[in-house]
Amino acid sequence: MSTVKSAESHHQHHFATIEQQYDSSKQGIWLFLVTEILMFGGLFVAYSIYHSLYPEVFKHGSEMLDKVMGTTNTAVLIFSSFTMALGIHYVQTDKLKHAAISMGITIVCACIFLVVKYFEYSHKFHDGLLPGKYFTNEELANIPNAALFFGFYFMMTGLHGVHVFAGACMIGWCMVKALRGNVSSGYYTPVEGVGLFWHIVDLIWIYLFPLFYLVG
Amino acid sequence: MSNHSEDHGHHIIPVKTYVGVLIGLLIGTFLTVWVAQYHFGEWNMVVAMAIATAKASLVLLFFMHLKYDNMMNRVIFGSGFLFLLLLAGFSFMDILTRFKIIGQF
Repeated sequence: MSTVKSAESHHQHHFATIEQQYDSSKQGIWLFLVTEILMFGGLFVAYSIYHSLYPEVFKHGSEMLDKVMGTTNTAVLIFSSFTMALGIHYVQTDKLKHAAISMGITIVCACIFLVVKYFEYSHKFHDGLLPGKYFTNEELANIPNAALFFGFYFMMTGLHGVHVFAGACMIGWCMVKALRGNVSSGYYTPVEGVGLFWHIVDLIWIYLFPLFYLVG
Repeated sequence: MSNHSEDHGHHIIPVKTYVGVLIGLLIGTFLTVWVAQYHFGEWNMVVAMAIATAKASLVLLFFMHLKYDNMMNRVIFGSGFLFLLLLAGFSFMDILTRFKIIGQF
């Protein structure tokens, strides 16, 4: 019991109370999340503009994507958001074993997502559905500028994929904390912060999915 | 060791609520894919975005705890979204009011 840090021991001197520290940390995470939204948002705006200018490109490009894989990944990520929320809940209620398991399942979901992504990407490479000058696909040869769709596809889903990977690593870090008893109902700030990040990653995919897979 | 947990008074969302949100999200996903098979032209994307926004709201309010959080975090998130709207608004105003000049006067 004494090897477990108490909540007060996390209280740093430049914060008046541990409550203020918690509120500040959370606020900092939200500010960071806003930068994430603006970053992906810029890409979404660019997508919207080009989609409105070249609807054919996006309609035909979208038809080359596997809806089943996309829907599966959507369900997997939504479920992983659920298990992460559970993980935070269990830390808040001092059920650290449950918390670690929940976080473990979240990481497994992230891996499933990335594996499906790998299959999608390798299939595109195989079919020549690539951006710019690397586009060598036969089926869409008569659609001018078809490569534009795949420029957006790889950029946006790729950047998102990097976030999934980074998020999975951070959840692993939190899982170790839970297993070692370094978080509890008195101090769960890192778990909550990582959780918020993970939900934003899910949020972005919720928009990416219809915009790429369900056009036309 | 958790003698300070009572001081926090943090709202802890029950597991049942999380399960409800999960089901809502999965229903929304199913709806999105189901509607996509019908052809409503431009409205397809509008419906898809509306459902996506509903799902996003569920994630924000419950999974991300914004419903029970202090106002500042809601304002912070809202402001980010507002600036994004500005970006989209001005960019579209520019693009959609461009005309190709063909031929001579």
